[in-house]
Amino acid sequence: MKLFEFQAKNILKEYGVSIPRGTALSRSADASKTFQEIGCTRCVIKAQILAGGRGKSGGIQFASSPEEAQSCVAGMLGSYLVTNQTGQKGTEIKYVLIEEALPIKKELYLAITIDRGLQTPILIASAEGGMEIEEVAKKTPDKIIKEPIDVFFGIHPFQARRIASQLNISGTLAPKLNNLITNLFDAFLKNDCSLLEINPLAITAHEEICALDAKMDVDDNALYRHPEFNQFIPSQDISPAEALAKKHRLSYIGLEGNIGCLVNGAGLAMATMDIIKLHGGEPANFLDVGGDASLEQVTQAFKIILSDPKVKAVLINIFGGIMKCDIIASGIIQAIKEVGIHIPLVIRLEGTNVEIAKKILDTSGLKIATVKDMKEAANLVVSKVL
Amino acid sequence: MGILIHKDTRVLCQGITGHAGSFHSERMLEYGTRLVAGVTPGKGGTLHHNLPVFDNVLEAVTKTGANASVIYVPAPFAADAIMEAADAGIGLVVCITEGIPTLDMIRVIKYLSNRKTRLIGPNCPGIITPGACKIGIMPGYIHKPGTIGVISRSGTLTYEAVWQLTQRGIGQSTCLGIGGDPIVGTDFVEVLRLFQNDRETQVIVMIGEIGGSAEEEAARIIQKEITKPVIGFIAGRTAPQGKRMGHAGAIITGGKGTAASKIDTLKTAGITIADSPADIGDTVAKILGITQHPEK
Repeated sequence: MKLFEFQAKNILKEYGVSIPRGTALSRSADASKTFQEIGCTRCVIKAQILAGGRGKSGGIQFASSPEEAQSCVAGMLGSYLVTNQTGQKGTEIKYVLIEEALPIKKELYLAITIDRGLQTPILIASAEGGMEIEEVAKKTPDKIIKEPIDVFFGIHPFQARRIASQLNISGTLAPKLNNLITNLFDAFLKNDCSLLEINPLAITAHEEICALDAKMDVDDNALYRHPEFNQFIPSQDISPAEALAKKHRLSYIGLEGNIGCLVNGAGLAMATMDIIKLHGGEPANFLDVGGDASLEQVTQAFKIILSDPKVKAVLINIFGGIMKCDIIASGIIQAIKEVGIHIPLVIRLEGTNVEIAKKILDTSGLKIATVKDMKEAANLVVSKVL
Repeated sequence: MGILIHKDTRVLCQGITGHAGSFHSERMLEYGTRLVAGVTPGKGGTLHHNLPVFDNVLEAVTKTGANASVIYVPAPFAADAIMEAADAGIGLVVCITEGIPTLDMIRVIKYLSNRKTRLIGPNCPGIITPGACKIGIMPGYIHKPGTIGVISRSGTLTYEAVWQLTQRGIGQSTCLGIGGDPIVGTDFVEVLRLFQNDRETQVIVMIGEIGGSAEEEAARIIQKEITKPVIGFIAGRTAPQGKRMGHAGAIITGGKGTAASKIDTLKTAGITIADSPADIGDTVAKILGITQHPEK
């Protein structure tokens, strides 16, 4: 679960991380008052979206008066921000963050994430903070510091000293950096993060270390032990179909094509999308019903696919293991009974209880094309939409 | 032969009285797996599927001589279950459970690092040596004893590949799903080496997917150490780039992780790539010099 910048910053504040004074808004009417409350001469106004690339796309602006802040916030809220990561449609700005603009001496990069190869949390830092950090990593990898962190021990003092010296931080700033790193790792562990990134991490004119931005991604598998994050769910940036899928514990991602897909298992679901494309079609979605879906879940999954007006044909590809094919067959028939179907449906079933499933489909009286393998399935479903 | 398990492997099931554990224990028994005991805290002393149930793993191991364990316990308790099995000296732990928090798994891996236990998974279908032993949730009937070693990150896509082989009369030495999570106990590289050293295995099928850099790492080892032919498939070449936050992931993987980069790296390492998921069986048949499909 990705958190908005303002949500992440509120959490970091509890861990003693210094962040600029500011407030998040969802109504532009509050902007000029907020500007005055912050009590500074210049504010930064930041669009809150759950994708990167804001800085280069006008999602971060400055204001030097309450009026300017007001008009800037009014322009942002409700508009769609298009960045290199949002797709052409962009993402609606529902919140903005107004903060004091601090005098900055130097911008650093600092992040903690999971290194899958090393199987450990890892701290990444660079003296070259700001927007071009991936370029820095590509062109001058020696300017990127990586320190694996012992999950039981935390960051060793010698590691903190080494990071400080590599970042050219000395004097009174060094212990402050040490504290910050310790606090960030504490926040990372206690909130079950998969990513905690501060970019830029600023050294201000007053020799303070301050997190100007914060990106926090919480491990979905760990949400069960973090009820405090439930409050963030309504603000998540997902489509109604994706929200419905989530409610029924289905893994669904809407795409641009016109062939709906219902598959069990993420790997097979991706392979099904791949083979549709290989045969000249375009998948309308990724949908993994999971390993052990109930009749209700299958019915809902099929209804979600049918509710997408782009969908001109549906391909169901199931290889039953734990998932029993007859459950899939019954779920499909149930969904068709409830909402009807007026587009071609191609079904490929294999695995556990496949014979029972075929019987269910055959006796349903519905016009369903069953095929024996993936190639035939892809060929047939693509031919239906051409 | 095959790798890691054989007909005499003595298997213990942690979570045997739960919904999934109970169902799949029955399937394993049907397949002929030597399932010798179950563990469910609080249900020690009872019988389930006619097998003794113990309160803890150490007692089960002491009384039944189990040397492998399969775990079906719910995600919040699965990390502890893996460590309990390792502590009791079990040599092979297969964790089927899906949804274990990543940081829990990092702690588990660290815990296992100075112990002899090999972990497969979590979030995996398990391991099967056809005709001898099945530890996991894969449908038994799609397999056939033979000489192809299959490794995969996916569950159902592995079934798909195995089924294509079996339908062409091509059997498997061992099929193993390493699991789809970011942190797993056994990776491609270790399994490739095991297949290389297994006399039974003649050809290796490796099924990867987008994300991480396990396939790239495998490619490096294949080029250096593996003399047996390897056939690969990478799922997700049409998957859209997700909304991404932050740069840390990209810094770590350094441009690896996409299907295109994985396929390139694997091809460069001399691996034959099946472009379509429907062509995995035929690609293997071609390598083996089989032109007709005997069972079709």
